[in-house]
Amino acid sequence: MIIRGDEPEQIRLLRKLYKPGNYFMQGNEAVAYGALFAGCRFYAGYPITPSSEIAETMARELPKLGGYYLQMEDEIGSIAAMIGASWTGFKVMTATAGPGFSLMQENLGYAVMTETPLVLVDVQRSGPSTGQATKGAQGDFFQARWGTHGDHPIVAVSPTSGQDAFWEIIRAFNIAERLRTPVVFLFDGVLAHTRELVKIPSVDEVEITYRKLPQNEEEAKLPFGDPHGDGVPPMPLFGHGYFTHVTGSTHKENGLRDVYTPEVHDRLVRRIHRKIEKNRHVYEKYEEHFTDDAEILVVSWGVTARPALGAVLKAREEGIKVGLFVPKTVHPFPGERMRELGKRVRAILVPEMNLGQMILEVQRYVNDDVLLKGVNKIGGVPLTVEEILREIRGVA
Amino acid sequence: MPEIYSKYPMVKYLRKEALPTALCPGCGGGTVLNAFANAVDQLKLDPRDLVVVSGIGCSAWIASPYFLADTLHTTHGRAIAFATGVKVGLPDKKVVVISGDGDLASIGGNHLLHAARRNIDITVILVNNFIYGMTGGQVAPTTPFGAKTTTTPYRNIEHPLQISETIAAAGASYVARWTTAHVYQLIESIKKALTVKGFSLVEVISQCPVQFGRRNRMKEPAEMLRWFLKNSVPISKAKKMSPEELEGKFVIGEFVNRQRPEFTEELNKLIDEVQEHFGLKGGDDV
Ligand SMILES: Cc1ncc(C[n+]2csc(CCOP(=O)(O)OP(=O)(O)O)c2C)c(N)n1
Ligand code: SF4
Repeated sequence: MIIRGDEPEQIRLLRKLYKPGNYFMQGNEAVAYGALFAGCRFYAGYPITPSSEIAETMARELPKLGGYYLQMEDEIGSIAAMIGASWTGFKVMTATAGPGFSLMQENLGYAVMTETPLVLVDVQRSGPSTGQATKGAQGDFFQARWGTHGDHPIVAVSPTSGQDAFWEIIRAFNIAERLRTPVVFLFDGVLAHTRELVKIPSVDEVEITYRKLPQNEEEAKLPFGDPHGDGVPPMPLFGHGYFTHVTGSTHKENGLRDVYTPEVHDRLVRRIHRKIEKNRHVYEKYEEHFTDDAEILVVSWGVTARPALGAVLKAREEGIKVGLFVPKTVHPFPGERMRELGKRVRAILVPEMNLGQMILEVQRYVNDDVLLKGVNKIGGVPLTVEEILREIRGVA
Repeated sequence: MPEIYSKYPMVKYLRKEALPTALCPGCGGGTVLNAFANAVDQLKLDPRDLVVVSGIGCSAWIASPYFLADTLHTTHGRAIAFATGVKVGLPDKKVVVISGDGDLASIGGNHLLHAARRNIDITVILVNNFIYGMTGGQVAPTTPFGAKTTTTPYRNIEHPLQISETIAAAGASYVARWTTAHVYQLIESIKKALTVKGFSLVEVISQCPVQFGRRNRMKEPAEMLRWFLKNSVPISKAKKMSPEELEGKFVIGEFVNRQRPEFTEELNKLIDEVQEHFGLKGGDDV
């Protein structure tokens, strides 16, 4: 696996297997290939529509790269096995959809608390419950943020196309490794099953990051300390004779449980928050179109950002001064930039395939005198350019 | 570390800063920890070659954090699934799960079943104390018929799961059951379980005097040990007994000891085959 110093061999295999060029592929396949380029060599999952092609691609490709595919007995076991493998040094991933994402929440919290890097792909589908199993949606925005219990930070990334998914999953792995944290990848059933052009780059164009490892015995003794002041402790992997102790219960810097001292809990949980807050530069990302002179702003994410861009382009042709803001890292939300943009416009529209989720984040950063309106659609059919354009005209 | 531990030869395997253990006086958990440490010692295993994984419960605390190795203390019921990822990542290490019956056979029952079916080379030491000890003595899927617990205050009307029999049937390489009153046999079985290639389960019937014994007329740990001894039936003898005669008995001994293809070995063999098939071996084309 790449992390253990067999980069030359892995690069040779990637070169030999995946020729750079344009391919016609499903969003799900783009996610899988991106993960392979990012260095993911362990996948544990459980089949669920509309995510299964990710598992199928990984099951086919991983062995070629010397990597491991495991089909576990359920989603709870899948994320558990990933965490176990991550502590042995693997870059790990799973893919699921709403019902499976719900089952993974307890161990997602465990990964936050034990600072275990992993990437969890949630191919959002129409819910609640089994809902419309084959249809896309954007209803898990807050489940990604608050699905697991207790005070916890989370990083979530959401791409807007197959091509974007290829690069964004690599970015998700890099964030997970760099900050020793789980990253949720909010994909959706529409993009997952859309076939479109995806350019596979040469291996040399891909930059990948590795987690920090302890540089000496002292660092290895404090798997949950902060020796570098950036909130990110080096990770003393299993199998190296460090005698690392890992627990989801409140623990001291040395890993040993202490659930009775209030300061220990406070120190640990605040550091885990600070690690994410202080390292915004590692993960913050958004796209802007025509925001310089915009009087109306469309804020959208994931699959809906595409018809949103189409609508903005058409409205501009009609002379409407409208711009588009697309958070690519949706959690933590790019609030500062949202605040700046919010001060310049008189109306904000938030199109999404749900009954209003990201709009609540937007609301936190804009003043009451700005007209804020959701453009919401559920039922499994994506919003169209026309539907969003109509709303833009309505506030123009 | 309290002074008394300095007289204990196995203390070299324990995390001194975590002692004394949080187990109640007379709890069978101490016996299990001692048996495990002795097995490791007799096999001359280097603790650096061990990863110990546990779930949630008193029995999950036996080795984690007290055993000095890499230790992964996981969520309730999921230890075996975590251990599966560890074993795939470190196929040359010995991966051991020590946890309770509620943890491994109730909430985690499915992982136990499927790890046995896969025959992954993990050793599970399942501490069966018939009760949810840590949460205050509620009924477990192992509680004897008719027993009293805090959630069966009148009597238990459910039948206990026969864990060893079930896991033997599911495909494990090695399965044995002993009680904390059979320490030497227990150590021998843990040694075999650690040596055998494939999934191994050692079920240890263990005393929880505080949450089980107290409510079932066995307040003293020794009374519980006498109960185990009196009702233990070796497996050879049990084979000739009827289900009625076996009611309330503990069948002890080895249930299976066999060779079957092991999961991580098969997984690595498969990778080899695939790489061979696609002409991916060798480094001449960089
Ligand atoms: C998901 C979840 N459900 C419930 C609990 C509460 N809980 C903690 S320990 C335990 C029972 C443990 O019983 P067992 O495995 O038999 O161990 P013992 O304490 O008897 O040794 C339960 C139900 C939990 N921690 N997590
Ligand atoms: S409650 Fe029972 S199982 Fe738990 S430590 Fe005490 S005696 Fe042992």
